[in-house]
Amino acid sequence: MAVAEKIAPGASSTVYHVKKGEQGTVLDIDDFNLWYGTSQALFDVSMTIERGLVTALIGPSGCGKSTLLRSLNRMNDLIDGLSIKGSVLLEGADIYDKRADVIALRKRMGMVFQKPNPFPMSIFENVVYPLRVDGVRDRRRLEETAEQALRGAAFWDEAKDRLQENALGLSGGQQQRLCIARAIAGDPEVLLMDEPCSALDPIATAKIEELIDELRGHYSIAIVTHNMQQAARVSQNTAFMYLGRLIEYGETRAMFTVPKVRQTHDYVTGRFG
Amino acid sequence: MDSTRHTVRSYDDKLNQLNNFISEMGGLAEAQLAAALDAVGKRNSELAAKVIVQDEAIDKIEAKVDEAAVELLALRQPMADDLRQVLASLKIAQILERVGDYAANVAKRATVLNQLPQVEPARSVPRMGRLVEQMIHEVLDAYAKRDADAALRVWHRDEGVDSLYDSVFRELLTYMMEDPRNITACTHLLFVAKNIERIGDYTTNVAEIIYFLVKGVPLTEARPKADTTSFTVFNPPAS
Repeated sequence: MAVAEKIAPGASSTVYHVKKGEQGTVLDIDDFNLWYGTSQALFDVSMTIERGLVTALIGPSGCGKSTLLRSLNRMNDLIDGLSIKGSVLLEGADIYDKRADVIALRKRMGMVFQKPNPFPMSIFENVVYPLRVDGVRDRRRLEETAEQALRGAAFWDEAKDRLQENALGLSGGQQQRLCIARAIAGDPEVLLMDEPCSALDPIATAKIEELIDELRGHYSIAIVTHNMQQAARVSQNTAFMYLGRLIEYGETRAMFTVPKVRQTHDYVTGRFG
Repeated sequence: MDSTRHTVRSYDDKLNQLNNFISEMGGLAEAQLAAALDAVGKRNSELAAKVIVQDEAIDKIEAKVDEAAVELLALRQPMADDLRQVLASLKIAQILERVGDYAANVAKRATVLNQLPQVEPARSVPRMGRLVEQMIHEVLDAYAKRDADAALRVWHRDEGVDSLYDSVFRELLTYMMEDPRNITACTHLLFVAKNIERIGDYTTNVAEIIYFLVKGVPLTEARPKADTTSFTVFNPPAS
């Protein structure tokens, strides 16, 4: 992966009014730029992710919110011609440092995707997968972790009697909670969620939202969502992005009631375009 | 912040409709109060009867506002100033309906007053009413223009109404003590004055709602009050 040398001129014009977390900052994105080949997808993005809080990334399609989220655990590394400039500090250490261990990084940053992606194996094996990768074989530890993670994902009661069943037989909402259980089984610091509810029905969506609320505090969560009401409901801070730039980043309540930037206002009230 | 249109055109149409309902209601409430005051000041019972009948028109628009607001909330989940617009419409409609009721009550009392011999304060009460009528006019203007400063100016003017009410209250008590035959008319006038004073208070509430609608933050300043009648003790001179 090449690191671009081109330096974008001008200071960032983002408007900030961020709610500070009581537990400090977990991620510090500083002047981050990203190119897919020659086309720039992110411009001078600077923001913090507060520890223990839920941060929502919103904006119209193509605004760069998913790109930004995927940059946080270096998932974009897999794309050819990708280059970046700037830094993402996870507890002070740059995740794009040459010496950084990407596998270790991804364990610290659990990820949940738009479409539930359980592995074609049992519910139990899905949940303990992160431990298997680490070579854990102690049965008791695996069982304890599975229960803890499934409870954490509000899925234990439904799953406890069918742990050995194939995960692909679960409903979409159950599969998504299983994926969240799998993400938290590795005990990550940050949970990245990319449209975690857009493939789910309203009831399953409500369950995931309730779960996000319960996980908050223990985990720091960054969520990309197209559903603005959902962003308003689940997050404490909201970042509005447009055309690859961070336009406004602030306390969710203010973002949806008295946004400070015209573009944010037009987007959250449904006037965009 | 509302110059651009919503992606969904019918959303704009519905919000505009809500706006128009409030303007229509406001115009009616203002006219009703003006007519009721005329009915008192000019001893016109025919006009009073008209006011009483027309009150229903305001009630009908309020029902339409309720319906449109509920539909907007349910179907559009409005955000930011759109949400404040819907909430403001609901609250202002309720207030204007009350203003209409007070105007109708003034008209009812006018029909009684007009059957009694005229007492002097029957002229100073409508004067107080004109001041409140002016306030309603200005607050509706502030609403139409989304002008928080203009709303704030109306809000401050209620102090003048309170002072006038205070003096009307004392004047009426004096007339009643002077001649017990004045008591019936003066008591009705006292209620008329009280109704007007209440409308003044409601007008300040509308001003507060407009301020919140425009600014997104509530008006926190304490409103100056000059109505001391609740604490007034007025002993008749010992004879």
